[in-house]
Amino acid sequence: MMDLSVEIPGLFNYWIVIILMMAGFYIVISHGNLVKKIVGLNVFQVSVFTLYISMSKIDGGAAPILDETIKSYSNPLPHVLILTAIVVGVATTALGLALIVRIRDAYGTIEEDDIIELERTDT
Amino acid sequence: MNNHSVLRVVSKFMIPYILLFALYVQFHGDFGPGGGFQAGVIFAAAFILYGLIYGIENARKVLPATATRILLALGVILYAGVGFAGIYFGGNYLDYNVLAATATGGQHLGIFLVEFGVGTTVAATMVTIFFVFSGQDF
Amino acid sequence: MALTAYAIIRLRNLFAVVILSGIFSLLAALLYVLLTAVDVAFTEASVGAGISTLLMLATLSITSEYEKKPAHSAVLPILIVVVTGAALIYGTLDMPLYGAADAPANLHLIPRFIEQSGTEIGIPNIVTSILASYRGYDTLGETVVIFTAAIGVLVLLGRGHNRWRPGMRKSVTPEDREEEV
Repeated sequence: MMDLSVEIPGLFNYWIVIILMMAGFYIVISHGNLVKKIVGLNVFQVSVFTLYISMSKIDGGAAPILDETIKSYSNPLPHVLILTAIVVGVATTALGLALIVRIRDAYGTIEEDDIIELERTDT
Repeated sequence: MNNHSVLRVVSKFMIPYILLFALYVQFHGDFGPGGGFQAGVIFAAAFILYGLIYGIENARKVLPATATRILLALGVILYAGVGFAGIYFGGNYLDYNVLAATATGGQHLGIFLVEFGVGTTVAATMVTIFFVFSGQDF
Repeated sequence: MALTAYAIIRLRNLFAVVILSGIFSLLAALLYVLLTAVDVAFTEASVGAGISTLLMLATLSITSEYEKKPAHSAVLPILIVVVTGAALIYGTLDMPLYGAADAPANLHLIPRFIEQSGTEIGIPNIVTSILASYRGYDTLGETVVIFTAAIGVLVLLGRGHNRWRPGMRKSVTPEDREEEV
Protein backbone atom coordinates (compact mmCIF):
# COMPACT_ATOMS: atom_id res chain seq x y z
CA MET A 1 0.00 0.00 0.00
CA MET A 2 1.14 3.52 -0.76
CA ASP A 3 2.02 6.18 1.73
CA LEU A 4 -1.22 7.60 3.10
CA SER A 5 -0.02 11.21 3.06
CA VAL A 6 0.06 11.03 -0.75
CA GLU A 7 -3.21 9.19 -1.02
CA ILE A 8 -5.40 11.53 1.01
CA PRO A 9 -5.63 14.43 -1.48
CA GLY A 10 -5.88 11.95 -4.36
CA LEU A 11 -8.93 10.21 -2.96
CA PHE A 12 -10.63 13.26 -1.54
CA ASN A 13 -13.13 13.45 -4.42
CA TYR A 14 -14.42 9.94 -3.65
CA TRP A 15 -14.91 10.84 -0.01
CA ILE A 16 -16.94 13.93 -0.86
CA VAL A 17 -19.06 11.74 -3.11
CA ILE A 18 -19.55 9.19 -0.34
CA ILE A 19 -20.55 11.87 2.18
CA LEU A 20 -23.16 13.25 -0.23
CA MET A 21 -24.32 9.77 -1.12
CA MET A 22 -24.80 8.85 2.51
CA ALA A 23 -26.67 12.12 3.12
CA GLY A 24 -29.08 11.17 0.33
CA PHE A 25 -29.33 7.60 1.61
CA TYR A 26 -30.08 8.88 5.12
CA ILE A 27 -32.88 11.10 3.83
CA VAL A 28 -34.40 8.19 1.93
CA ILE A 29 -34.40 5.71 4.79
CA SER A 30 -35.13 7.94 7.75
CA HIS A 31 -37.81 10.33 6.52
CA GLY A 32 -41.42 9.31 6.08
CA ASN A 33 -42.42 12.15 3.79
CA LEU A 34 -42.53 10.94 0.21
CA VAL A 35 -41.52 14.27 -1.40
CA LYS A 36 -38.51 14.39 0.87
CA LYS A 37 -37.64 10.84 -0.14
CA ILE A 38 -37.59 11.99 -3.77
CA VAL A 39 -35.32 14.90 -2.83
CA GLY A 40 -33.07 12.39 -1.07
CA LEU A 41 -32.97 10.23 -4.16
CA ASN A 42 -31.97 13.30 -6.17
CA VAL A 43 -29.12 14.05 -3.78
CA PHE A 44 -28.00 10.44 -4.11
CA GLN A 45 -28.25 10.69 -7.89
CA VAL A 46 -26.16 13.88 -8.05
CA SER A 47 -23.49 12.22 -5.91
CA VAL A 48 -23.27 9.34 -8.39
CA PHE A 49 -23.00 11.84 -11.26
CA THR A 50 -20.21 13.60 -9.41
CA LEU A 51 -18.42 10.29 -8.95
CA TYR A 52 -18.43 9.63 -12.69
CA ILE A 53 -17.47 13.17 -13.66
CA SER A 54 -14.62 13.31 -11.15
CA MET A 55 -13.30 10.02 -12.54
CA SER A 56 -13.29 11.48 -16.05
CA LYS A 57 -11.10 14.44 -15.06
CA ILE A 58 -7.49 14.21 -16.16
CA ASP A 59 -4.85 16.60 -14.84
CA GLY A 60 -4.35 19.36 -17.38
CA GLY A 61 -7.10 17.98 -19.59
CA ALA A 62 -9.36 20.40 -21.42
CA ALA A 63 -13.07 20.08 -22.12
CA PRO A 64 -13.58 17.40 -24.81
CA ILE A 65 -14.11 19.71 -27.77
CA LEU A 66 -11.51 19.13 -30.47
CA ASP A 67 -9.07 21.91 -31.21
CA GLU A 68 -5.69 21.97 -32.90
CA THR A 69 -3.89 23.59 -30.01
CA ILE A 70 -5.05 21.24 -27.26
CA LYS A 71 -3.15 18.06 -26.52
CA SER A 72 -4.98 16.50 -23.59
CA TYR A 73 -8.71 16.09 -23.07
CA SER A 74 -10.89 14.87 -20.25
CA ASN A 75 -12.48 11.49 -20.74
CA PRO A 76 -15.66 12.18 -22.75
CA LEU A 77 -17.39 8.83 -22.23
CA PRO A 78 -18.56 9.44 -18.62
CA HIS A 79 -19.83 12.83 -19.76
CA VAL A 80 -22.06 11.14 -22.34
CA LEU A 81 -23.34 8.59 -19.85
CA ILE A 82 -24.15 11.20 -17.24
CA LEU A 83 -25.68 13.59 -19.77
CA THR A 84 -28.33 11.05 -20.62
CA ALA A 85 -28.60 9.90 -17.00
CA ILE A 86 -29.53 13.42 -15.85
CA VAL A 87 -32.40 13.70 -18.30
CA VAL A 88 -33.61 10.19 -17.54
CA GLY A 89 -33.28 11.08 -13.86
CA VAL A 90 -35.66 14.01 -14.20
CA ALA A 91 -38.10 11.86 -16.15
CA THR A 92 -38.15 9.24 -13.40
CA THR A 93 -38.44 11.98 -10.78
CA ALA A 94 -41.50 13.26 -12.59
CA LEU A 95 -42.96 9.75 -12.61
CA GLY A 96 -42.29 9.42 -8.87
CA LEU A 97 -43.94 12.77 -8.18
CA ALA A 98 -46.94 11.72 -10.26
CA LEU A 99 -47.22 8.59 -8.12
CA ILE A 100 -47.07 10.77 -5.00
CA VAL A 101 -49.94 12.90 -6.27
CA ARG A 102 -52.00 9.76 -6.90
CA ILE A 103 -51.11 8.42 -3.44
CA ARG A 104 -52.23 11.72 -1.95
CA ASP A 105 -55.56 11.30 -3.75
CA ALA A 106 -56.04 7.76 -2.55
CA TYR A 107 -54.97 8.21 1.08
CA GLY A 108 -55.12 11.96 1.70
CA THR A 109 -51.57 12.04 3.02
CA ILE A 110 -48.00 11.73 1.79
CA GLU A 111 -46.53 10.54 5.09
CA GLU A 112 -45.47 6.91 5.03
CA ASP A 113 -46.48 6.23 8.65
CA ASP A 114 -50.00 7.57 8.11
CA ILE A 115 -50.40 5.46 4.98
CA ILE A 116 -49.36 2.30 6.82
CA GLU A 117 -51.75 3.21 9.64
CA LEU A 118 -54.62 3.70 7.19
CA GLU A 119 -53.87 0.38 5.52
CA ARG A 120 -53.96 -1.37 8.88
CA THR A 121 -57.28 0.10 9.92
CA ASP A 122 -58.84 -0.64 6.53
CA THR A 123 -58.15 -4.35 6.56
CA MET B 1 -49.65 35.78 -11.73
CA ASN B 2 -51.91 37.81 -14.00
CA ASN B 3 -51.36 41.12 -12.25
CA HIS B 4 -47.59 41.31 -12.27
CA SER B 5 -47.11 43.71 -15.13
CA VAL B 6 -43.31 43.71 -14.80
CA LEU B 7 -43.26 39.93 -15.10
CA ARG B 8 -45.62 39.99 -18.05
CA VAL B 9 -43.64 42.56 -20.01
CA VAL B 10 -40.24 41.07 -19.21
CA SER B 11 -41.33 37.54 -20.04
CA LYS B 12 -42.89 38.70 -23.30
CA PHE B 13 -39.50 40.16 -24.13
CA MET B 14 -37.59 37.09 -22.95
CA ILE B 15 -39.53 34.19 -24.46
CA PRO B 16 -38.46 34.70 -28.10
CA TYR B 17 -34.85 34.82 -27.02
CA ILE B 18 -35.24 31.68 -24.93
CA LEU B 19 -36.68 29.88 -27.94
CA LEU B 20 -33.91 31.23 -30.15
CA PHE B 21 -31.28 30.15 -27.64
CA ALA B 22 -32.83 26.67 -27.53
CA LEU B 23 -32.54 26.41 -31.30
CA TYR B 24 -28.95 27.65 -31.15
CA VAL B 25 -28.11 25.02 -28.54
CA GLN B 26 -29.85 22.40 -30.65
CA PHE B 27 -28.03 23.09 -33.88
CA HIS B 28 -24.72 24.25 -32.47
CA GLY B 29 -24.31 21.11 -30.36
CA ASP B 30 -21.82 19.73 -32.89
CA PHE B 31 -19.34 22.51 -32.24
CA GLY B 32 -19.79 23.57 -28.66
CA PRO B 33 -21.53 22.30 -25.57
CA GLY B 34 -25.14 21.55 -26.23
CA GLY B 35 -27.36 19.10 -28.03
CA GLY B 36 -30.81 17.66 -28.11
CA PHE B 37 -31.28 17.02 -24.41
CA GLN B 38 -30.38 20.53 -23.28
CA ALA B 39 -32.15 22.23 -26.17
CA GLY B 40 -35.35 20.30 -25.49
CA VAL B 41 -35.35 21.35 -21.87
CA ILE B 42 -34.70 25.03 -22.69
CA PHE B 43 -37.39 24.98 -25.35
CA ALA B 44 -39.84 23.49 -22.86
CA ALA B 45 -38.78 26.09 -20.28
CA ALA B 46 -39.97 28.86 -22.59
CA PHE B 47 -43.45 27.32 -22.80
CA ILE B 48 -43.51 26.65 -19.07
CA LEU B 49 -42.60 30.30 -18.41
CA TYR B 50 -45.41 31.37 -20.69
CA GLY B 51 -47.79 29.05 -18.88
CA LEU B 52 -46.76 30.37 -15.47
CA ILE B 53 -47.11 34.03 -16.38
CA TYR B 54 -50.09 34.06 -18.71
CA GLY B 55 -52.04 31.12 -17.31
CA ILE B 56 -52.00 27.49 -18.36
CA GLU B 57 -55.16 27.83 -20.45
CA ASN B 58 -53.48 30.36 -22.73
CA ALA B 59 -50.36 28.24 -23.00
CA ARG B 60 -52.58 25.32 -23.96
CA LYS B 61 -53.98 27.42 -26.80
CA VAL B 62 -50.46 27.94 -28.14
CA LEU B 63 -49.56 24.30 -27.77
CA PRO B 64 -52.59 21.98 -27.58
CA ALA B 65 -52.43 18.64 -25.80
CA THR B 66 -52.75 16.76 -29.08
CA ALA B 67 -49.76 18.61 -30.52
CA THR B 68 -47.48 17.74 -27.58
CA ARG B 69 -48.52 14.11 -27.77
CA ILE B 70 -47.84 13.90 -31.49
CA LEU B 71 -44.45 15.60 -31.02
CA LEU B 72 -43.68 13.21 -28.18
CA ALA B 73 -44.03 10.22 -30.46
CA LEU B 74 -42.59 11.98 -33.49
CA GLY B 75 -39.19 12.49 -31.85
CA VAL B 76 -38.79 8.78 -31.08
CA ILE B 77 -40.07 7.84 -34.54
CA LEU B 78 -37.57 10.25 -36.15
CA TYR B 79 -34.71 8.71 -34.18
CA ALA B 80 -35.73 5.14 -34.96
CA GLY B 81 -36.49 6.14 -38.54
CA VAL B 82 -32.94 7.41 -39.06
CA GLY B 83 -31.82 3.97 -37.92
CA PHE B 84 -34.04 2.27 -40.49
CA ALA B 85 -32.89 4.71 -43.16
CA GLY B 86 -29.40 3.36 -42.51
CA ILE B 87 -30.64 -0.16 -43.28
CA TYR B 88 -32.50 1.08 -46.36
CA PHE B 89 -29.34 2.62 -47.82
CA GLY B 90 -27.43 -0.58 -47.27
CA GLY B 91 -25.76 -0.07 -43.90
CA ASN B 92 -26.45 -1.29 -40.38
CA TYR B 93 -29.10 0.03 -38.04
CA LEU B 94 -28.13 3.59 -36.97
CA ASP B 95 -25.22 3.57 -39.41
CA TYR B 96 -24.99 7.16 -40.63
CA ASN B 97 -22.10 6.72 -43.06
CA VAL B 98 -24.39 5.64 -45.88
CA LEU B 99 -26.86 8.51 -45.54
CA ALA B 100 -24.90 10.94 -47.73
CA ALA B 101 -22.24 10.86 -50.41
CA THR B 102 -19.31 11.06 -47.99
CA ALA B 103 -18.96 9.31 -44.64
CA THR B 104 -18.53 12.49 -42.62
CA GLY B 105 -21.40 14.13 -44.51
CA GLY B 106 -23.58 11.17 -43.59
CA GLN B 107 -22.49 11.39 -39.99
CA HIS B 108 -23.32 15.10 -39.93
CA LEU B 109 -26.78 14.47 -41.35
CA GLY B 110 -27.44 11.49 -39.08
CA ILE B 111 -26.34 13.26 -35.92
CA PHE B 112 -28.35 16.34 -36.88
CA LEU B 113 -31.55 14.33 -37.36
CA VAL B 114 -31.03 12.17 -34.30
CA GLU B 115 -30.36 15.18 -32.07
CA PHE B 116 -33.44 16.82 -33.49
CA GLY B 117 -35.48 13.75 -32.59
CA VAL B 118 -34.08 13.75 -29.06
CA GLY B 119 -34.79 17.46 -28.68
CA THR B 120 -38.38 17.08 -29.88
CA THR B 121 -39.12 14.23 -27.50
CA VAL B 122 -37.48 15.91 -24.50
CA ALA B 123 -39.26 19.22 -25.09
CA ALA B 124 -42.64 17.53 -25.57
CA THR B 125 -42.08 15.36 -22.49
CA MET B 126 -41.22 18.27 -20.23
CA VAL B 127 -44.13 20.38 -21.46
CA THR B 128 -46.54 17.45 -21.10
CA ILE B 129 -45.37 16.63 -17.59
CA PHE B 130 -45.64 20.24 -16.49
CA PHE B 131 -49.12 20.70 -17.91
CA VAL B 132 -50.30 17.42 -16.41
CA PHE B 133 -48.97 18.48 -13.00
CA SER B 134 -50.75 21.80 -13.18
CA GLY B 135 -53.93 19.87 -13.86
CA GLN B 136 -54.78 21.38 -17.20
CA ASP B 137 -54.15 18.52 -19.54
CA PHE B 138 -57.37 18.56 -21.45
CA MET C 1 -22.72 21.13 -1.28
CA ALA C 2 -22.37 19.11 1.90
CA LEU C 3 -23.83 22.06 3.85
CA THR C 4 -26.81 22.20 1.51
CA ALA C 5 -27.32 18.46 1.92
CA TYR C 6 -27.21 18.84 5.70
CA ALA C 7 -29.79 21.65 5.55
CA ILE C 8 -32.03 19.43 3.40
CA ILE C 9 -31.87 16.75 6.09
CA ARG C 10 -32.72 19.11 8.96
CA LEU C 11 -35.40 21.34 7.51
CA ARG C 12 -38.98 20.26 7.76
CA ASN C 13 -40.47 22.97 5.54
CA LEU C 14 -40.71 21.14 2.23
CA PHE C 15 -40.78 24.38 0.25
CA ALA C 16 -37.35 25.32 1.58
CA VAL C 17 -36.15 21.77 1.00
CA VAL C 18 -37.13 21.86 -2.66
CA ILE C 19 -35.46 25.24 -3.23
CA LEU C 20 -32.36 23.94 -1.48
CA SER C 21 -32.30 20.92 -3.76
CA GLY C 22 -32.33 23.34 -6.68
CA ILE C 23 -29.36 25.17 -5.18
CA PHE C 24 -27.70 21.81 -4.66
CA SER C 25 -28.09 21.01 -8.36
CA LEU C 26 -26.73 24.41 -9.34
CA LEU C 27 -23.66 23.89 -7.15
CA ALA C 28 -23.21 20.49 -8.76
CA ALA C 29 -23.34 22.15 -12.19
CA LEU C 30 -20.66 24.60 -11.07
CA LEU C 31 -18.52 21.69 -9.94
CA TYR C 32 -18.91 20.01 -13.32
CA VAL C 33 -17.65 23.14 -15.07
CA LEU C 34 -14.58 23.04 -12.85
CA LEU C 35 -14.16 19.37 -13.80
CA THR C 36 -14.29 20.42 -17.50
CA ALA C 37 -17.55 18.58 -18.19
CA VAL C 38 -19.28 21.52 -19.87
CA ASP C 39 -22.05 19.54 -21.55
CA VAL C 40 -23.00 17.83 -18.32
CA ALA C 41 -22.93 21.12 -16.42
CA PHE C 42 -25.25 22.64 -19.00
CA THR C 43 -27.69 19.77 -18.64
CA GLU C 44 -27.55 19.73 -14.87
CA ALA C 45 -28.17 23.47 -14.64
CA SER C 46 -31.16 23.41 -16.98
CA VAL C 47 -32.67 20.08 -15.94
CA GLY C 48 -31.70 19.54 -12.32
CA ALA C 49 -31.96 23.12 -11.13
CA GLY C 50 -34.76 24.18 -13.46
CA ILE C 51 -37.32 21.58 -14.46
CA SER C 52 -36.85 19.23 -11.52
CA THR C 53 -37.35 22.00 -8.94
CA LEU C 54 -40.35 23.27 -10.85
CA LEU C 55 -42.00 19.84 -10.87
CA MET C 56 -41.44 19.41 -7.15
CA LEU C 57 -42.98 22.82 -6.48
CA ALA C 58 -45.97 21.80 -8.60
CA THR C 59 -46.31 18.65 -6.49
CA LEU C 60 -46.08 20.67 -3.29
CA SER C 61 -48.84 22.98 -4.46
CA ILE C 62 -51.05 19.90 -4.84
CA THR C 63 -49.97 18.18 -1.62
CA SER C 64 -48.92 19.56 1.73
CA GLU C 65 -46.07 21.93 2.43
CA TYR C 66 -44.91 20.73 5.82
CA GLU C 67 -43.37 17.50 6.85
CA LYS C 68 -44.51 15.64 9.94
CA LYS C 69 -42.10 15.24 12.81
CA PRO C 70 -40.48 11.83 12.39
CA ALA C 71 -41.95 9.25 14.74
CA HIS C 72 -39.06 6.83 14.80
CA SER C 73 -35.73 7.50 16.40
CA ALA C 74 -32.94 8.34 14.00
CA VAL C 75 -30.37 6.02 15.60
CA LEU C 76 -30.87 2.99 13.36
CA PRO C 77 -30.73 4.90 10.03
CA ILE C 78 -27.62 6.78 11.19
CA LEU C 79 -26.00 3.49 12.15
CA ILE C 80 -26.78 1.94 8.75
CA VAL C 81 -25.52 5.04 6.95
CA VAL C 82 -22.28 5.22 8.93
CA VAL C 83 -21.54 1.52 8.39
CA THR C 84 -22.27 1.72 4.65
CA GLY C 85 -20.21 4.89 4.33
CA ALA C 86 -17.27 3.35 6.16
CA ALA C 87 -17.41 0.31 3.88
CA LEU C 88 -17.45 2.55 0.81
CA ILE C 89 -14.53 4.66 2.06
CA TYR C 90 -12.59 1.47 2.67
CA GLY C 91 -13.38 0.53 -0.92
CA THR C 92 -12.00 3.83 -2.26
CA LEU C 93 -8.52 3.08 -0.94
CA ASP C 94 -7.88 0.99 -4.05
CA MET C 95 -9.34 3.51 -6.47
CA PRO C 96 -7.14 5.44 -8.93
CA LEU C 97 -6.10 8.89 -7.77
CA TYR C 98 -7.99 12.00 -8.80
CA GLY C 99 -6.79 13.37 -12.13
CA ALA C 100 -4.61 10.37 -12.96
CA ALA C 101 -4.24 10.00 -16.73
CA ASP C 102 -3.48 6.28 -16.45
CA ALA C 103 -6.64 5.30 -14.56
CA PRO C 104 -8.19 2.16 -16.08
CA ALA C 105 -11.32 4.07 -17.08
CA ASN C 106 -9.26 6.40 -19.27
CA LEU C 107 -7.15 3.81 -21.07
CA HIS C 108 -9.54 1.71 -23.14
CA LEU C 109 -11.38 3.01 -26.17
CA ILE C 110 -11.10 6.64 -25.06
CA PRO C 111 -7.80 7.46 -26.81
CA ARG C 112 -9.30 6.01 -29.96
CA PHE C 113 -12.40 8.18 -29.63
CA ILE C 114 -10.29 11.26 -29.06
CA GLU C 115 -7.94 10.58 -31.99
CA GLN C 116 -10.36 9.20 -34.56
CA SER C 117 -13.64 11.02 -34.00
CA GLY C 118 -12.32 14.16 -35.68
CA THR C 119 -11.76 12.32 -38.96
CA GLU C 120 -14.53 9.70 -38.68
CA ILE C 121 -17.40 11.92 -37.60
CA GLY C 122 -16.06 15.32 -38.55
CA ILE C 123 -17.51 17.37 -35.69
CA PRO C 124 -15.43 18.96 -32.95
CA ASN C 125 -17.54 18.13 -29.90
CA ILE C 126 -16.49 14.61 -28.91
CA VAL C 127 -19.36 14.33 -26.44
CA THR C 128 -21.89 14.87 -29.22
CA SER C 129 -20.21 12.44 -31.57
CA ILE C 130 -20.11 9.70 -28.95
CA LEU C 131 -23.64 10.46 -27.81
CA ALA C 132 -25.29 10.38 -31.20
CA SER C 133 -23.03 8.14 -33.25
CA TYR C 134 -20.79 5.73 -31.38
CA ARG C 135 -23.39 5.12 -28.69
CA GLY C 136 -26.43 5.70 -30.87
CA TYR C 137 -28.30 2.67 -29.55
CA ASP C 138 -27.76 3.87 -26.00
CA THR C 139 -29.21 7.28 -26.73
CA LEU C 140 -32.13 5.71 -28.59
CA GLY C 141 -32.83 3.72 -25.43
CA GLU C 142 -32.65 6.86 -23.28
CA THR C 143 -35.07 8.66 -25.57
CA VAL C 144 -37.50 5.77 -25.29
CA VAL C 145 -37.15 5.88 -21.49
CA ILE C 146 -38.09 9.57 -21.45
CA PHE C 147 -40.98 8.86 -23.79
CA THR C 148 -42.14 6.07 -21.48
CA ALA C 149 -41.92 8.35 -18.45
CA ALA C 150 -44.13 10.89 -20.18
CA ILE C 151 -46.63 8.15 -21.03
CA GLY C 152 -46.51 6.97 -17.41
CA VAL C 153 -47.24 10.45 -16.06
CA LEU C 154 -50.09 10.80 -18.54
CA VAL C 155 -51.55 7.46 -17.45
CA LEU C 156 -51.26 8.36 -13.77
CA LEU C 157 -52.48 11.94 -13.86
CA GLY C 158 -53.80 12.64 -17.32
CA ARG C 159 -57.36 13.01 -18.45
CA GLY C 160 -59.78 10.24 -17.64
CA HIS C 161 -58.72 10.09 -14.02
CA ASN C 162 -59.89 13.52 -13.05
CA ARG C 163 -63.51 12.59 -12.50
CA TRP C 164 -62.82 10.30 -9.53
CA ARG C 165 -60.55 12.71 -7.73
CA PRO C 166 -62.89 14.57 -5.37
CA GLY C 167 -61.79 18.05 -4.47
CA MET C 168 -58.76 17.93 -6.71
CA ARG C 169 -59.85 19.20 -10.08
CA LYS C 170 -62.53 21.61 -11.01
CA SER C 171 -65.03 19.72 -13.09
CA VAL C 172 -65.70 16.84 -15.41
CA THR C 173 -64.89 17.82 -18.95
CA PRO C 174 -67.06 16.95 -21.94
CA GLU C 175 -64.35 14.61 -23.19
CA ASP C 176 -64.44 12.69 -19.93
CA ARG C 177 -68.20 12.27 -20.22
CA GLU C 178 -67.77 10.90 -23.71
CA GLU C 179 -65.31 8.37 -22.39
CA GLU C 180 -67.79 7.23 -19.75
CA VAL C 181 -70.39 6.54 -22.42
